Amino acid sequence: MSTQASAERADLAVVIGLEVHVQLETDTKIFCGCSTTAKEDEAPNSRTCPVCLGLPGALPAVNEAAVEAAVRVGKALDAEIAPETRFHRKNYFYPDLPKNFQISQYDAPICRDGSIEVSVEGERREVVIRRAHLEEDPGSIVHAGGSIDTADYTLVDYNRAGTPLMEIVTEPDFRSPDETRAFLAKLEEVLEYLSIFDGGRDGSLRIDANVSLVPATEVADDGTIDKETLAAANRTEVKNISSHKGAEKALAYEVTRQRNAIKRGRAIDQETRHWDESRGITVSMRAKEEEKDYRYFDEADIPPLQVADWRERLSIPELPDARRERFREEYGLDNEAAAKLTSTKQVADFYEDVAGEFDPGLAATWVADVLLGELNYRDMGVADVADRLGEVVTLIRLVDKEEITRKNAEEQVLRSMLDEGVDPETVIEREGLGTADEDEVVVAVREAIDANPGAVADYHDGEDGALNYLVGQVMGATGGTADPGTVNERLRATLAEANEG
Amino acid sequence: MAPKLNVYVTEETVPGAGDGPLAGRSVGVKDNISTKGIRTTCGSRMLADYVPPYDATVVKRLTEAGATITGKTNMDEFGMGTTTETSAFGPTRNPVDPTRVPGGSSGGSAAAVAAGETDLALGSDTGGSVRCPAAFCGVVGIKPTYGLVSRYGLVAYANSLEQIGPLAPTVSEAAELLDVIAGPDERDATTRYDDREGHPAETATYADAADGDVDGLSIGVCTELVEGADDRVAERFEAAVDELVAQGAEAKEVSLPSVETAVQAYYVIATSEASSNLARFDGVRYGQSGGYDDNWNQAFADSRASFGPEVKRRILLGTFALSAGYQDRYYRKAQDARAWIRRDFDETFDEVDVVASPTMPVLPFELGESLSDPLTMYLADANTTPVNLANLPAVSVPAGRADGLPVGLQLVGPRFGEKTIIRAASAVDA
Ligand SMILES: [Zn+2]
Repeated sequence: MSTQASAERADLAVVIGLEVHVQLETDTKIFCGCSTTAKEDEAPNSRTCPVCLGLPGALPAVNEAAVEAAVRVGKALDAEIAPETRFHRKNYFYPDLPKNFQISQYDAPICRDGSIEVSVEGERREVVIRRAHLEEDPGSIVHAGGSIDTADYTLVDYNRAGTPLMEIVTEPDFRSPDETRAFLAKLEEVLEYLSIFDGGRDGSLRIDANVSLVPATEVADDGTIDKETLAAANRTEVKNISSHKGAEKALAYEVTRQRNAIKRGRAIDQETRHWDESRGITVSMRAKEEEKDYRYFDEADIPPLQVADWRERLSIPELPDARRERFREEYGLDNEAAAKLTSTKQVADFYEDVAGEFDPGLAATWVADVLLGELNYRDMGVADVADRLGEVVTLIRLVDKEEITRKNAEEQVLRSMLDEGVDPETVIEREGLGTADEDEVVVAVREAIDANPGAVADYHDGEDGALNYLVGQVMGATGGTADPGTVNERLRATLAEANEG
Repeated sequence: MAPKLNVYVTEETVPGAGDGPLAGRSVGVKDNISTKGIRTTCGSRMLADYVPPYDATVVKRLTEAGATITGKTNMDEFGMGTTTETSAFGPTRNPVDPTRVPGGSSGGSAAAVAAGETDLALGSDTGGSVRCPAAFCGVVGIKPTYGLVSRYGLVAYANSLEQIGPLAPTVSEAAELLDVIAGPDERDATTRYDDREGHPAETATYADAADGDVDGLSIGVCTELVEGADDRVAERFEAAVDELVAQGAEAKEVSLPSVETAVQAYYVIATSEASSNLARFDGVRYGQSGGYDDNWNQAFADSRASFGPEVKRRILLGTFALSAGYQDRYYRKAQDARAWIRRDFDETFDEVDVVASPTMPVLPFELGESLSDPLTMYLADANTTPVNLANLPAVSVPAGRADGLPVGLQLVGPRFGEKTIIRAASAVDA
């Protein structure tokens, strides 16, 4: 960093707040019985019913699983959970909105005052969650043949309509784009641990960010900025961010854009900007939006739901930070292995299964290095082989019982399992990889000695390399299925007998 | 006679299944209650071609009970009216006097029953829309407690206020129809009552309550709601109360000062909810397209030109009442009045079993009389709207005629007190 850049950074402090929309993984939509899972090649508007289409006369019936998911999020964020859940109507006209109002929560969010601790470059910071509430996802719109400006017509698909969403709103606590990335990655990790979030699903995470710059002198020692300063700063709202990596890029761009504008003496317009991921820039939305009046009022079709005892009733699993710490202590893992093995709940659960049966160190090598390594090489994750983890355990067990060598297990069996989708026994059988039995080793040792008198002579003359050569011959003859240690032992014994006899 | 009265928007027969409690009975269904495969217009040009792909819960219950549906009855557009004249399909006439309106908004249902076009009918009551036409046509109409009958499939006008209710020639027939349609529905969360006690309709048989036994019943005559009534109406009302007293009931005057705010509170709340409920009718999936030339908002606005003037008026009023800066002055204040009315009734039911008043303070209007003067029409709802605001049950039962025109007696009961009002009303029409 040049000294000039450092000086500019010292002059202006970055202020960012986030609104994160998360799709909750429930079986059915928030107010009807339609599935939330898109079928492959499903037709537009096929996964709908009178309720999520907003047909006249249809009424919402709350899916309690969505409310339970929200309560779990509240617990994980250490938030206050309102004893009574109420819904409101947010009224606005938009073609993707089946009823031209969205059922949401206005002044009674299910969660408020939570926090998440993130660490960036070793420094820990707490991000305060102002509120988190439930709402229904609108449908999706497709501008046929181009963008909203150039399309001939627009198509609406309500398959997505009614997917449960949680909107999580932070205080403007972020002081850099890196922090937003760390926060979002952490949030995704926590939600994934709660088994209510699938980051692989299209549209599962949507982020709006408020960005402004304030004089650095206004930042107190504890990182806080007073309300008047925040209110006085002109903000932009950046929309259309869909990942934690995207957030860092979009916000880095936007911060630089604002910094440059201020440097050139231009004012920052209070406006909404659209993150164009392909071009890597934020662009001003064409029409400047006026202050919206959503005319919020009570949704009378949904009676208040009493959830005061749900916090007690619903449990949440051990969260990633705590589990990482425990893995270090309980299994003696280093930081890197503990981090790898807690990257998702599924990996961590699998590791603990394996560590329960085998040595924790060996289990860590198998899961973190071998399995994750092979999966990573294939652009896969544990989730892709969730139903085949039993086969991996079987393979480790075969190695543990010395029925197959570790090398063959790693280099042949596991790879064939992943590439061909076959079980370990099939690969072992087909490739003849089962550990050679005693008789086979005895025969191969005998043959190696008979066929290599020179090496035998060298061995007796005390040449170290001769024994390794003979081991290699035996391993070759058994197709690598023999245990090298056993071969070594048997060779020494046989050569000693021969010498005596 | 039927074409002249114009009771149906769509005449179509749907036979009932098996030999349930309504086997052999015919039922007209108000045209804002969804019928699978039969267009459901809400009396509006906007929905002239809308054919629902599903049946309302009450329609399912009707046909399962063996009833034969005779058609979809005419109504004020989206239920917004007291005369059935705001229908896009022309006004319905009152069978008692075809120069008069049948009341509204369920005017088609009441007229069909009064004319013998159908045995029974379903209406919906947001601010009096079952009771008013029952009173004007000389039949019985029940507005159930909010949550007694499923609204699933009822096209919403003001969803916190309305209930589907029966219309019939007699109290016991209306109660029989109520028995069929009442009960919890997992598709309407507001039909949940109490997890421990269950839904009241699961144990009650309303038809059995129509036994005419009013011995010891205490009737509170609401002074505020009698004072504003036409003298001819008040006279018939007092005669009906005297008759109940003669049968063993006790009557005393009660005062509910809050009800004088009801019409204002009702029109603020109902129009606010309507502005949201009717927002979906934007020309994309219903009604005439708003065109493709300008932006979306312009297309939506153009499409909504096909609403009638009364619907437009109420959407505009409601949008205004919910707007930032006005919501506290209108919508919130109306909610306060609503809470006051509810408390007033609660306290009154500590003293009396039912509260009595004329159903309508006036005799049926002549056709065209009130259309030009919406305020007069709104004020005619003074006696019925407090009941919706308080979520209570009420019945309108014929109390004789004045100048040859029917007068209705309204009896209001406590929450889920349907049996009490049915018992009392059955003594009037016995
Ligand atoms: Zn659905």
